[in-house]
Amino acid sequence: MKMTKTLTAIALGAAILTGAGAAQASGSGPKAPSKDWSFNGIFGTYDRAALQRGFQVFRNVCASCHSLDLIAFRNLEALGYSEDEVKAIAANYEVQDGPNEEGDMFTRPATPADRWPAPFPNAKAAAASNGGAAPPDLSLIAKARGSGGDSAIRVSMLQPSGFPLGADYLHALLTGYEETAPADFALPEGKYYNHYFPGHAISMAPPLYEDAVEYEDGTKATTDQLASDVSTFLAWASEPELEHRKNLGIKVILFLIVLTAMLYALKRRIWSDLH
Amino acid sequence: MSGTSNFQSNSRVVNWIEHRLPVFSFLDSQLHQYPTPKNLNYFWNFGSLAGIVLVIMIVSGITLAMHYTPHVDMAFGSVERIMRDVNSGWLIRYIHMNGASMFFIVVYIHIFRGMYYGSYKAPREILWMIGIFILLAMMATAFMGYVLPWGQMSFWGATVITNLFSAIPLVGEWIVQLLWGGFVVDNPTLNRFFSLHYLLPFVIVGLVFLHLWALHMHHSNNPTGVEIKDEKQDTIPFHPYYTIKDLYGLGIMLIFFAFFIFFAPNYFGHPDNYIMANSLVTPPHIVPEWYFLPFYAILRAFTSDYWVYQVMSLGGWLMTAKLAGVIAMFASILVLLFLPWLDRSRVRSSKYRPMNRFFFWVFVLDCIILGWVGGQAPEGALVLIGQISTFWYFFHIIIIVPLISVLERPKPLPDSIAASVTQAAE
Repeated sequence: MKMTKTLTAIALGAAILTGAGAAQASGSGPKAPSKDWSFNGIFGTYDRAALQRGFQVFRNVCASCHSLDLIAFRNLEALGYSEDEVKAIAANYEVQDGPNEEGDMFTRPATPADRWPAPFPNAKAAAASNGGAAPPDLSLIAKARGSGGDSAIRVSMLQPSGFPLGADYLHALLTGYEETAPADFALPEGKYYNHYFPGHAISMAPPLYEDAVEYEDGTKATTDQLASDVSTFLAWASEPELEHRKNLGIKVILFLIVLTAMLYALKRRIWSDLH
Repeated sequence: MSGTSNFQSNSRVVNWIEHRLPVFSFLDSQLHQYPTPKNLNYFWNFGSLAGIVLVIMIVSGITLAMHYTPHVDMAFGSVERIMRDVNSGWLIRYIHMNGASMFFIVVYIHIFRGMYYGSYKAPREILWMIGIFILLAMMATAFMGYVLPWGQMSFWGATVITNLFSAIPLVGEWIVQLLWGGFVVDNPTLNRFFSLHYLLPFVIVGLVFLHLWALHMHHSNNPTGVEIKDEKQDTIPFHPYYTIKDLYGLGIMLIFFAFFIFFAPNYFGHPDNYIMANSLVTPPHIVPEWYFLPFYAILRAFTSDYWVYQVMSLGGWLMTAKLAGVIAMFASILVLLFLPWLDRSRVRSSKYRPMNRFFFWVFVLDCIILGWVGGQAPEGALVLIGQISTFWYFFHIIIIVPLISVLERPKPLPDSIAASVTQAAE
């Protein structure tokens, strides 16, 4: 018993120690503020309306420079669209196919089975059109810039001060542009000053402004609203399994708790003839 | 193996098999009747937990291998295909990913338990040494497994760690090229790591078998460290007493494990590993997986002005600081092989060794500090803290352990396991 207590004390001490020793890796920006996302916590789910609005922002703004390679049109059904709506969305886009029987490549309207078409044929072309910096693919951006789209606990073993939640970082980045860089900051030519970008000098021009998109559902498109919605959409793109995972997790853990309680009772009973 | 079996069966089939291959009496004597000290506490659960996690890793790993493509252009995409398109693929991958961390958590507790209760002492030295080899094999497996998703940390972790071997004089360059299968970390590296990552777990299974064989020769140690004197008084049959106790412990561990799988699946990982490997972009801060951090801290402690290095290299003449760091990193594990002979105390359990108990906990704290330092950028006071903790790690094992084993006056031991249990009950 005493041993267990000592061990717990040590573990707690270690946790406090790592938490207190918050040293940001050099070159990273300030930590993004935490927002109250619909998909936070163990019962969290994606807000379908926000997903659809976020998809609209992605389609109208982000998609002109960024690819979304890992998402197929069929995946959009998860945003709450019907099969027919997905077919209609896909039909608006052209994808390359082939070779046909004559050996030629051709373009055709996309079907639900196709992946989201990239705006540039390759990374070199993307870089050439964007001042030398290729816009990153957005399929995993929420996971690659934070502690996963959603982790119930926001700390990380490898970054004791905690990686920001992916969506928090994206929202902060998209709303974190400043018109003028601080006087002591040497902003390179063709870069923009962003409060949350590591190193502050970002190649992406401020992509969002008020009414950049006219929402289909009539929601007022403030910059903050646009950023929140597209961050939700990108969190989903990174972790489409999130709702299923959390839902299954609750069942698995409840099952395990009951099972373990029963095993404990059985253990007490089997051992009772020894004492 | 010791232990007799009075196994009998009425089944003709069982008896037919038993006569030709005595598998039933073997299982009966080793798993059923197997005499186990009656006073084991819950720290003795971690051995069987490690065995179960190994099985979970092998089953989930074989399933992942059915869908994974070990090619630099396709590896990253194939992992994401598992996450998105394979039925329950995300679940299998998150089990495997977090299972690696569970394996190390369980095994580190298992090793510390062995150190606290002196389980490495005669006649269990070989049992202990096989355990250290299992740890080494686990580390190699985990390191190569982390490379397979071919993310940024996979690639740069592989680059940094394989480069360490270049510090070895004469053969270093050759070893590095052998590991890489070329002159940089590339497709041949990924292919051979995949092949070895599939092979090594089965080597671990073999080592685990030897570990159990050695264990069953002299049976489990116990919290008093007093040997079994009277089987009737001191022991109970493994089944049902320890099967149910192990199952209960397994339930607790699975709850802990499931929490990470379902609610914080990327807690132990690094976000950069969700960016595909790019040899042209170096991440600002390359860190290995958490279970390597103490060893990474030891490696990095060896700067050219570190006095331990100055002594080791005879003032910088004998070797470079990099080589000294590499040697220290491997030595930090290999030195554990000598623990049974460094500790000269005739008493096993730290329960009766107050000085050893105190220094044991200091050592645990030292390992935690090393892990913490290993995860930070090596700047300012952290360098010094890392160097002091590194010194203490070796000083503890090589100097303190032998010294207190001679100086210390242990408390009186109970006459037997049975006597200690009755004393506790009173």
